[in-house]
Amino acid sequence: MSTDPLDGVEEGPAWWDHEAGPVVRPYMVTGGRVRPTTVDFDLITYLVATATLAADTPSPEHQAILALTQEPRAVAEVASRVDLPLGVVRVLLCDLLSDGLISRYDPPATDHLPNVETLQAVIHGLRAL
Amino acid sequence: MDSVRSDTAPVPQALKILVAGGFGAGKTTLVGAVSEIAPLRTEEVLTTAGVGTDDTTGVATKTTTTVAMDFGRITINPSLVLYLFGTPGQNRFWFLWDELATGALGAVVLADTRRLADSFAAIDYFEQRNTPFVIAVNCFDNDQRYTAEQVREALDVDGHVPVLLTDARDRMSVKNVLITLVEHVLTMVRSSVPA
Repeated sequence: MSTDPLDGVEEGPAWWDHEAGPVVRPYMVTGGRVRPTTVDFDLITYLVATATLAADTPSPEHQAILALTQEPRAVAEVASRVDLPLGVVRVLLCDLLSDGLISRYDPPATDHLPNVETLQAVIHGLRAL
Repeated sequence: MDSVRSDTAPVPQALKILVAGGFGAGKTTLVGAVSEIAPLRTEEVLTTAGVGTDDTTGVATKTTTTVAMDFGRITINPSLVLYLFGTPGQNRFWFLWDELATGALGAVVLADTRRLADSFAAIDYFEQRNTPFVIAVNCFDNDQRYTAEQVREALDVDGHVPVLLTDARDRMSVKNVLITLVEHVLTMVRSSVPA
């Protein structure tokens, strides 16, 4: 429980706030890397951790992502919940992917609308809301 | 933390719908009205080199801008999840729109009748990309000054594009907008398939 890297994020005295800007400049956590090295991640690419926290997990940010993706989560959700800019999260995801710590599940091929069955399922689901 | 992960957790297929409209049109309100989670915010930090300056010191010419996108989620069934993304309002972030629009099921253009011109850019954008869209006219405080047809004429959209009045705060009303959009997409998919 106490090893959860998300613990304490919302606790403690608020000696700074968002108005002041980030304490650590966003791309510090990527070591200054601004582009994913190999692959890009769509906002709705699903991520699933294939491992739990490893002792040699590179950073608290990587650990936070692994903790979140113990259940399937979309890239946008991960970025929002670890409170890091998308670009930063994409670089960190690349690290985790190349270390074999997460799997990615991409949305269907772009520029193709979903098939009739999928659309009907969406309409049915929306009606049932 | 728990060291056991269920390997049977299914990974759903994700779909996305964009919610576009001018600043203050009610995009996040609309997302929040139907989302099963309170709208989340994701941010992109942009660093742009200053343009049109001839500062040779090279230190004061960069500006950093944070662009926020709010989004929500609707679980249709265990294997299908719908994400609603509010697009950044400012036109200068078109390149973020490209990323959002890629693979999108369709879009809702949320129009504010007090500032209809704010919708033109979004309409042009989705028309050019052939992204299916509907126009939802947000009626603030029951301020129903125009009919859907009047708005259609003012925005000069094709007859096949659905235009409907909505209340972005009202779950049933927003649900109806989304159903209209997906039915519109369904019609397009069916008509594009050779009989």
